Amino acid sequence: MLNVDIETCIGCKICERVCPFAAIIVEPETKKAKVLEGCTLCGTCVGACPVNALSIERKAVSEEEIALYKNVFIWGEWEKKEDKKVIKNVVLELLGKGKDLAEKLGETLAVVLPGNDVGHLVPELFHHGADKVYLCEHELLEDYSTDGYTSVIASVIASEKPSIVLYGATPNGRDLAPRIAGRLALGLTADCTGLDINESRQLVQTRPAFGGNIMASILSPYTRPQMSSVRPNVFPKPEADVSKTGVLEEVEVILKQVSIRTKIIEEIVSHEESINIEEANILVSAGRGVGSKDNLEYIEELAEAVNGTVSGSRPLVDLGWLPHPQQVGQSGKTVAPTLYIALGISGAVQHLVGMTSSDTIVAINKDKEAPIFEVADFGIVGDIFEIIPEFVKIVKEEQAKEIN
Amino acid sequence: MKIVILVKQVPEADKVAVDPETGTLIREGVASILNPYCEYALDQAAKLKKDNPELKIEVTAISMGPPQAKIALLRCLELGADKAYLLSDRKFAGSDVWATSTAIKEGIVGLEPNFDLILAGKQAIDGDTAQVPAETAEQLGVPQITYGVDVAINDKRVEVKRETETGYQIISTKMPALVTMSKGSNIRRVPSMQDVLEARKRPLKVVSADDLNIEESKVGLSASPTQVDKIFAPPSKSGGQIIDGSDPKAAARKLFDYLRENKFLRA
Repeated sequence: MLNVDIETCIGCKICERVCPFAAIIVEPETKKAKVLEGCTLCGTCVGACPVNALSIERKAVSEEEIALYKNVFIWGEWEKKEDKKVIKNVVLELLGKGKDLAEKLGETLAVVLPGNDVGHLVPELFHHGADKVYLCEHELLEDYSTDGYTSVIASVIASEKPSIVLYGATPNGRDLAPRIAGRLALGLTADCTGLDINESRQLVQTRPAFGGNIMASILSPYTRPQMSSVRPNVFPKPEADVSKTGVLEEVEVILKQVSIRTKIIEEIVSHEESINIEEANILVSAGRGVGSKDNLEYIEELAEAVNGTVSGSRPLVDLGWLPHPQQVGQSGKTVAPTLYIALGISGAVQHLVGMTSSDTIVAINKDKEAPIFEVADFGIVGDIFEIIPEFVKIVKEEQAKEIN
Repeated sequence: MKIVILVKQVPEADKVAVDPETGTLIREGVASILNPYCEYALDQAAKLKKDNPELKIEVTAISMGPPQAKIALLRCLELGADKAYLLSDRKFAGSDVWATSTAIKEGIVGLEPNFDLILAGKQAIDGDTAQVPAETAEQLGVPQITYGVDVAINDKRVEVKRETETGYQIISTKMPALVTMSKGSNIRRVPSMQDVLEARKRPLKVVSADDLNIEESKVGLSASPTQVDKIFAPPSKSGGQIIDGSDPKAAARKLFDYLRENKFLRA
């Protein structure tokens, strides 16, 4: 509940102005603040009130109980690449961030690694910062399943009592993490773009919220562990130190076929869908400004000239001009190439959160007010259909010169 | 056979913006719509109904939200739901994923306990968290299949084509089960005039926490493990070089020089 201390309220209307949801007003008759239906208890008004007349009733925290939970855990997701099992990059990225959090807390960093025949992945985890690996091997963990993986990881969490658990926000990570949160009645913050520890030793989870137009920092004050998911390419991958080693604990896994209720009937690897824009070095990205599906030729031509991979913003995917795996942005993928070229992309925040970690951003757009220019390192206010052909011509001429 | 569709009303996201000076949301003219992924789930349900007339499929849409979310449920009725329930109560305010899925679970148990299949959008476009369906499935104790693009009913089992990072999987599970829907071949249908008229004859009921005997301590802010600490405008990066492109040839040359200087083009 958001409470208004009527005695203290001076009717200054600051709360009314700052509320993102128009859910608090100062009544003209009483000149006092009144909370309306749309209140989401986001706390903006509480912070803005100059006389501290607003407060949100929250539960008390049991400090002793919370102190029982220690150490940072990461789900060690792996994938099959040409029949070899390899650790996903996002796990290594989380190890870098996890190490940072563990050091701030003075705790250790561990990876929970469920799978079948995955022991060979352990050294790489140590090299990237893990102090400990819980190896959970069982033949029923050969393929990812919601039931199998939830049961194994939830039982490690229940017995080991970590203070933080991090998951890569991959398709399977987003299938698994809420299931574990549901089982253990825990909070879970999806797609965090920032993670830090505050002075109360709480995990501060920052993510885009309310349509991605605003950032929110989120706490899990009463429950442990605090759980978050993070997309690939949000945090940098730490350098490997091959001399580093750690503690290996083999966990005895008890799992029965009947407890895995889903059955994989067929696995189809599609060539077209496997374009991995998350791993591309140079991305050439198209937006609504391309105007038609045929005009994507311009984008492809530029991509070829700079040796890049084609991606796009949401409208193109919604229109069916590009397949969903090539979508950059909040409902697509988060990318961080060394060069991101945005063509005819205005730069809605949902798109920006998916690409602002790119090293260099180049944008061409007709509208000089387009938000994409606020994040661009090099921008051209102009027509992509005029500039791209000229640019491609220059690249070809210069290449020809070099060959001669 | 009973299908429950979980739906959410969301702001039409592209049109929401932040006032750069105050850092608050500019709300004027922002319409609320039915989350597009929920429309794909409704379209899938309509197809299942059409393809399996012998199953006598009955579709119930359930949402949790403020009273104005009735508009989104009316849309569900226009898109083929037979009835709709809105779980709406001040007691639900401040609910995070856990508290929302608790309320929805109680809603399903109280209103449609003998469901066979729950369909939901893979995520809502306002939060994009994709967490409520899975937590609801866990709380109901039923299996889940996420990122479905096509669903078929095969006796007591549901068979789902699921998007993966490298392509697709065909996964099946015994019903009752929950499936979340990505786009696939499903579409956001435009209801006909007749659909609109029919929808108004179908039941749309608003249900409170008391109607469902949900204890106040189980929902809303006090039952939410996660809480918003503060909200702020996204950080902006600046200092980029912006040039005029009215002379395309000159602009293209400058771009070429920039990319070569920064070693993106092989010299």
